[in-house]
Amino acid sequence: MSINRTLAIVIRQFYLIRGSFSRVFPLFAWIAVDMILWGFLTKYLNSVSASGFNFVPVLLGAVLLWDFFIRIMQGVTMAFFEDVWSRNFLNLFATPLLVSEYVLGLVLSSIATSLIGLFAMLFIAGTFFKLSFFMYGLTIMPFILVLFLFGISLGIFGSGLVLRLGPASEWFIWPLPALISPFVGVLYPVSILPGWMRFISKLLPPSYIFDELRKIILGQPAAWHAFLLAGALAILYVILAYWFFKTVYQHALRSGLIARYSAETLS
Amino acid sequence: MAKILSVRGLSKKYGNITALDTVSFEVNHKEIVGLLGPNGAGKTTTINIILGVLAADSGDVHIDGLSLSSSRSKAIAETNFAAVYTPLPGNLTLVQNLRIFARLYSVKDAAARIDTVIRQFDLEPFRDKKCGVLSSGEQTRAGLAKAMLNRPRLLLLDEPTASLDPATAREIRLNIRKYTEESEAGVLWTSHNMYEVEAICDRVLFLSHGKVLLEGNPKTLPAEHHKKTLEDLFIAVAREPLTLEA
Repeated sequence: MSINRTLAIVIRQFYLIRGSFSRVFPLFAWIAVDMILWGFLTKYLNSVSASGFNFVPVLLGAVLLWDFFIRIMQGVTMAFFEDVWSRNFLNLFATPLLVSEYVLGLVLSSIATSLIGLFAMLFIAGTFFKLSFFMYGLTIMPFILVLFLFGISLGIFGSGLVLRLGPASEWFIWPLPALISPFVGVLYPVSILPGWMRFISKLLPPSYIFDELRKIILGQPAAWHAFLLAGALAILYVILAYWFFKTVYQHALRSGLIARYSAETLS
Repeated sequence: MAKILSVRGLSKKYGNITALDTVSFEVNHKEIVGLLGPNGAGKTTTINIILGVLAADSGDVHIDGLSLSSSRSKAIAETNFAAVYTPLPGNLTLVQNLRIFARLYSVKDAAARIDTVIRQFDLEPFRDKKCGVLSSGEQTRAGLAKAMLNRPRLLLLDEPTASLDPATAREIRLNIRKYTEESEAGVLWTSHNMYEVEAICDRVLFLSHGKVLLEGNPKTLPAEHHKKTLEDLFIAVAREPLTLEA
């Protein structure tokens, strides 16, 4: 494992983002819109609710964490798509670069780009809607870690899928978070879902996170075994996603698709 | 001393189509070997296997004594390539691309080496230009600069002068010949320009239908097969490979 080769992937992403408005803008623009939209919705709910319940940490906090998860996933896939769009696989994989170094480079790029988004969200939520993450205390760290790991796993899986199916399949990847969101209970407790949906939600680490987030806000004790289970699941998915990516890469080496990726198939 | 490149019994099929059929050859130190053949003969497949971006069905490749299958990263670190169909990413500047590839190949004193290859291929005016805006000839030279970045022991060049004007092509050929003399590197060179092959290659291999059909000195090989020129021999290989095989 060479840190120099891993950093090459990160630096490539830095060069691309530094010189491109169209790459910098989406890092915070859409999540800023999300924060504003959900911020005003929660303010409105606070004003019409007779219970005095504060919706800001429940809804806006959950949306902020969900957007962070999406940014992490897209951070990985965006860095991968740069190689798809510039037809760079032959150049890259004809160097000593290992698959593990390449994937780690994508993950490190994603951490850097996601942090920009996270800070933008924290600034908007804190400044305009009085949502401070300090109110959650250190308990927020496991939330972030699990969402980070699951975002990484989904990003690597999505990249593997595009490597296997060809450039046009990137449109499968963008809706993946939306596909998952009904099952993980970002805005509502998983307990209201029908049985078959609850079964799927048990397999998804974010569902534990959002349930525990609501418990903490309502003053109930957090179930630490749920965090452990979510963490274990997230780690398992990272391992499985990496295995999937590596298997797809090895298939592409045998089929010749790495060298002729733009053709999508060799038939 | 180990050969720079040793290819043994390389075979590759795409479905029912045989791309390579037990191909074996070697490249020596300071030697430029021409890999010739009609379109679809298996030249690029051979190069892709040596680069480690395509897995062979059988056979093995050794680069400077290192097995590609068991020491891929170390073996590939001794290699580099340039091909007309693989330009550097167009959304980065030339110097950015070279910095990235210098890291990927763990080039020591990268900044100085980048300056050297930029000068060597007459690319100073394009240093901070995005590669996508360079002309095809400039992109070819940029690809060659990348290929020389790590001072490769084995250089794989797939039609490296295809989009260059004759003067620049000649300059590049001299440049690469000088490099092999100084560094003891070996070169595998594909080209459809038989004049160029005769001028630069010490030895040629003719591939047809995935097999090495002929091998020899490009200056004497045509006469050995009752042809006037290398181009005549090439056309015969492309059209009537069986007559030559016999």
